[in-house]
Amino acid sequence: MNCFVGVDLGSTTTKAVVLDEKSEVLGRGITNSRSNYDLAAEVARTEAFASARFRLLQREVERGAGGQALGRLLAAFRLEQMLVQLASLGARINDEIERSIAPALCRGASERVGEIFRRLAGEEEERFRDPNPPERSDFFRDAAGSAYARLAEEVAQPSGVSFDLLVGLYDKCIVRVENEPLELGFREHIGKALARAGGHGPMRAAVDAAVGAELAVRGTVGTGYGRARLPFPKEQIRSEILCHGLGAHVLFPGTRTVLDIGGQDTKAIQVDPQGIVTAFQMNDRCAAGCGRYLGYIADEMNMGLHELGPLALSSRRPVKINSTCTVFAGAELRERLSLGERREDIVAGLHRAVILRAMSLLARSGGIEDEFTFTGGVARNPAAVLALEGLVAQNYGAKKINISPDSIYTGALGAAHFALRGAAA
Amino acid sequence: MAEVEKDRSMELQKQMLAEHFRRLEAAPETGEPVIYTFVPGNLTELVRSFGALPVLPEINALQSAMRGKSQAYIAAAEKAGHSEDVCSYVKCDIGMSMAGNIGPTGTRLPKPDLLLLSYTGCYTFMKWFELLRERYGCPTVFLQVPYQGDGRETPAQRAYVARQIRETLIPALEKVTGRRYDEERLRENLARSAASEEDLVAVLQSARRAPSPIDAYFGAVYYVGPIFSAFRGTEEGAAYYRALRREVEERIARGEGPVTPAGRLDCQKYRLVVEGPPNWTHFREFWRMFAEEGAVVVASTYSKVGGTYDFGFRHDPSDPLGTMADYCSGCYTNLNLPSRVEMLVRYVEDYRADGFLVHSVKSCNSFSAGQLTILREVERRTGVPGAFIESDLVDARYFSAANLKNRLESYFQMLEARRGAVAAGVRA
Repeated sequence: MNCFVGVDLGSTTTKAVVLDEKSEVLGRGITNSRSNYDLAAEVARTEAFASARFRLLQREVERGAGGQALGRLLAAFRLEQMLVQLASLGARINDEIERSIAPALCRGASERVGEIFRRLAGEEEERFRDPNPPERSDFFRDAAGSAYARLAEEVAQPSGVSFDLLVGLYDKCIVRVENEPLELGFREHIGKALARAGGHGPMRAAVDAAVGAELAVRGTVGTGYGRARLPFPKEQIRSEILCHGLGAHVLFPGTRTVLDIGGQDTKAIQVDPQGIVTAFQMNDRCAAGCGRYLGYIADEMNMGLHELGPLALSSRRPVKINSTCTVFAGAELRERLSLGERREDIVAGLHRAVILRAMSLLARSGGIEDEFTFTGGVARNPAAVLALEGLVAQNYGAKKINISPDSIYTGALGAAHFALRGAAA
Repeated sequence: MAEVEKDRSMELQKQMLAEHFRRLEAAPETGEPVIYTFVPGNLTELVRSFGALPVLPEINALQSAMRGKSQAYIAAAEKAGHSEDVCSYVKCDIGMSMAGNIGPTGTRLPKPDLLLLSYTGCYTFMKWFELLRERYGCPTVFLQVPYQGDGRETPAQRAYVARQIRETLIPALEKVTGRRYDEERLRENLARSAASEEDLVAVLQSARRAPSPIDAYFGAVYYVGPIFSAFRGTEEGAAYYRALRREVEERIARGEGPVTPAGRLDCQKYRLVVEGPPNWTHFREFWRMFAEEGAVVVASTYSKVGGTYDFGFRHDPSDPLGTMADYCSGCYTNLNLPSRVEMLVRYVEDYRADGFLVHSVKSCNSFSAGQLTILREVERRTGVPGAFIESDLVDARYFSAANLKNRLESYFQMLEARRGAVAAGVRA
């Protein structure tokens, strides 16, 4: 099967999308960019191809075994990937203990870490057995990190192998794990996953077909902040402005205005009926009011980024925030708290401030035309969406606002479509 | 490192500048009077007719920036209490004078005998000279030049400026230089100016050709250097413009494009009109971002910042004071927004541009105020897509190479995609 790949190297996350010849999305992959664009691109691509093979598998299985069985297989596959990464992390932490921990603590630290990893693996097995596991981050660093910290607290000793020592080991080693290429692909793990999920005859045949399917890449286009790092010739690199415009057009063909709020930039884009960009504006070099700002706020409040929006939604009286300076985000927050403002009201005000900044860029790019598509990581945040809806209605009247659950992939989707168009031309 | 390819005219200009700075350094011994003045609406012919040497502080600032010296000067000025938000030309100049007034070429600049402000459109200029007056304790002449709010200079405004030149400036120059006003000498200077202006306009308008033999923004910065600074009306200035015109004509004959930091730009994919001054701290890197994408600038407003010749103005030796009044009033930033829009629309049309780009600098309100309105209006009237990028004149902290490159590449790809879409529409 011929396929086309789009890779979007964002400042925070790297995304990949695989299309088939009929421009249907076969697979998507995402990873954190970890200041190593080459590796991030490779990981996202591997993920996208694994998910593409699942899509092929799904097509096969839907004819025979049914959707539920496939869900179990996917969970088993994710478990296998997780176990490989945990094993790598555990090995690196053990190396680090031998290298840098005082001999008196060495054995104790080894035992505690061994205990943490036994429990981590156990929790992963448990998660696999749970038919409705709780939501968690897509990224190994976040998912493993929060569990590790919780378990470290449980196993740490008041004197001796302390919590700080254990967490310090994690911090040192997670970066190394992220920066080593691991075999996480479909073909590497699907066999074990199938055994674990208890695949029967038709499923096994479908898996064999998906493993054996040839996915021939006929075109690749790269985009995003780190695109210059992609190992492609210049003709295969497109600006993220064009890719977001086209991606939004593909998701919602009626799109005329696109707002993308990513990790460190915000883009306001106008497109014509074919998805070709006619005007655009981006924030200046400062990342004020971008996704990263909300990330810092979440860190300051000791919360997960995904918890920030729901907290803001519980506000009844949003505070007026003037500064969206990312550097001063913490100072702004503490100042408001010291004035006695409620957390949810401050956070709601911060979301509004982010959107106000985006509104100014939209105005500069030529305003908002129907239909209006909101993309990027921040489009996943319900409080940001609520603030946007209010300000759009207030400034431009009723407009149809589109948000796709896959909006974070918009740039990569646009890039994949450019790859497809390029091959067709 | 490969040798940088440069035009002959650039070498010639470099020699002229070196010689000028050498004379300035020697001025305390030779007794040549020194007058500090600004580029917009400068009265070089008159200054020179009194045997005085002009110093252009903003040119020194931009040249310091091109030589990588501006950041230390700006830091020194900020340390002395000037806010981060003050125009970076001012801070660069103040920092330079605090560091011993060593000019961009490494020679010492003399103290001014007179500060001459012949353009009031920039409020910062006034404050700048107030600071220099405080520092040097020298006399100051301050001409009131009315803003062209209705888009044209009225006879009363013209007479008002001419009267100030006659009644205030000329007596001050006589006093400072110890020489009598010599109108014949002034007329000779003005006649040489007009000849240079004729040559410059021919050079700038050569960009109507495709391929364009010049880059009318980055390249034009060099072309306008002598005429906007110390050399307008001088023998060497006139010789420079004759040589420049020949050089460009030779390029036309050979069908060549301009020399850029990315080599000779013969294959020109995009023809642009640019509004706003360039960045000086990363001048060649900035230019390269255009040249590497095959973008050539065919017309710019910055190359009119010292005077707008391409719509017909020439210095007129038969009416020395009136023509100088016209010149003071007609510099680009003294024009109202509709006039600026009109000028840009004509550029887009006359030079058959594919795109219109605004480079907005943090330092300069005279340029920046209204630029978004200008962008929208020019887009609306010409149908040519515009783009907006931002940095600064001489403060490197505001120049983000990755951001600018990102936006420029996006813009060029957008022009390409739209071109493709139009072609597809035509085929359909």
